[in-house]
Amino acid sequence: MLQIRNIHKTFAPGTANEKHVLKGLSLHLAPGDFATIIGSNGAGKSTLFNAIAGTFLTDEGQILIDSEDVTFRPETYRAKVIGRIFQDPMKGTAPDLTIEQNLAIPYATLKKGWQPAITRRDREIFREALANLGMGLEDRMKTKMGLLSGGQRQAVTLLMAVIVTPKILLLDEHTAALDPLTAEKVFNITREVVAAKGITTLMITHNIASALELGNRTLMMDDGDIVLDIQGEERSSLTVAGLLQKYREVKGEMLDNDRILLS
Amino acid sequence: MTNQLLGAVELGLVYGLMVLGVFITFRILKIPDLTVDGSITLGMAVSAMLTNAGHPIFAIFVALAAGALAGSCTAFFQTKVKIPSILAGIMTMSALYSINLLIMNNGVPNISILGSDTVFSMFQNLTGLSKHASLIIVGLLICGIVVALVEFFFTTHTGLCICATGDNEEMVRATSVSTTKMKWLALALANGCVAISGAVYTQYMGYADVTAGSGTIVIGFASVIIGETLCVKKSLPVGFVSAIVGSVAYRLIIAIAIRTNLFPTYFLKLVSVVIIAVALAVSPLKAALTERRNKTRRERENAANS
Repeated sequence: MLQIRNIHKTFAPGTANEKHVLKGLSLHLAPGDFATIIGSNGAGKSTLFNAIAGTFLTDEGQILIDSEDVTFRPETYRAKVIGRIFQDPMKGTAPDLTIEQNLAIPYATLKKGWQPAITRRDREIFREALANLGMGLEDRMKTKMGLLSGGQRQAVTLLMAVIVTPKILLLDEHTAALDPLTAEKVFNITREVVAAKGITTLMITHNIASALELGNRTLMMDDGDIVLDIQGEERSSLTVAGLLQKYREVKGEMLDNDRILLS
Repeated sequence: MTNQLLGAVELGLVYGLMVLGVFITFRILKIPDLTVDGSITLGMAVSAMLTNAGHPIFAIFVALAAGALAGSCTAFFQTKVKIPSILAGIMTMSALYSINLLIMNNGVPNISILGSDTVFSMFQNLTGLSKHASLIIVGLLICGIVVALVEFFFTTHTGLCICATGDNEEMVRATSVSTTKMKWLALALANGCVAISGAVYTQYMGYADVTAGSGTIVIGFASVIIGETLCVKKSLPVGFVSAIVGSVAYRLIIAIAIRTNLFPTYFLKLVSVVIIAVALAVSPLKAALTERRNKTRRERENAANS
């Protein structure tokens, strides 16, 4: 579903601030793969997501989504097949619009511009989808998004990302700004939604326990490349301590990152 | 006095679509678009030439197209050349000064259309109504038609995407909608409305003047704010109507103030700025007052407790 071949990205090339962030990274995800990504700050995780989503074009290499070469396609083109959620709950929704208006925006790929923004049928679909979240939002569809809590917003953002089933779902630490209980809830919603639609998913997380618990693959990034790719038998028998040990072996040094939680 | 108040209502309706345009950019797209000063004069210039040529109705449609083109220009500067929105508007506005003179008989700064048929005189001849009645009815008709079309447009998916672009641009881009296209559409629509207003203004006043548009944006902001204060319910459909209401209310306030010798006519723009400043000062002032009151109360309590 997703094929990344040897991509490179350097920011501010030729200046004192030059930074080679992605260094020949390759990754292949089969349809329905759900891979979690861990790695220290500055490893290039978010840059990888930006490269996939087309926020910027890569310097070298090739990116294919569902066998289509999107290497030189702009962000808006790729967004038709990519759903994306950010860490900041403010980023994913429009605060002045209502819940139902927010949910109607991703319909752009299915609708002509002059068609009504929200029909009665759309409302029924939204109501059902919101009811599945179990947050009682289905009765507050005309509430402004800005009045919802961070957890509720991330849940709605997740719905927006999958309401038109994407080929790839990118989750960039989407629970990091939430309290542990709400984060757990959003993780569970994520698991259900992704499983129900069989969406190929990449999820960045600093929570090592969920990195092993969710999905079927765990990738570890370091210094602009994927240094570990754990799946199958090996993954199911791996513990948090075991994963940290593996990382130390690869790095040959102690893991000293305050953001990686030993939970 | 009655005549002056009627005149104020008429002028308010004539300027109503300009305020509607300002509302679209300022409140929905959340960009202060300074193109307005130029695009309203563009509408006036186009209207003067075509009205004198005997096409007063056609003039309004051409003005709409010309205004939309001017808005597109600003949108191009903003989205493709990446010029900050305020500067982009000022650039188009300045460029339009030359364009407007070019349109106006190759450099004549003031053109009279007295004696030519206008939409107002045509309506008056057709219905036999009094002058003021036909001015107000035509004004209401034009505003009504445009507001209805804009109301409809903002119930479509594209309309919703424009609202979302003003609210959270990044999120809209992440859902495959081109924010460039949305800004372009909104700026074209807004400046189209502004230019219609200019076209009608020329036919109402009987002349076009290349300097007549300067300071329009300030009147637009003031009217938007007055309209919002008058219309309590804060929803988009109400907002479009409140733009027209605000425009009329603004003219009535000015007419009464001038009538009662509160200030001379040339104080108009100063008063507009004061209205905007006062309206915008309300919420920070409220916050500061609450904080102050809180502070004195707590200081007293703390002193009593210690």
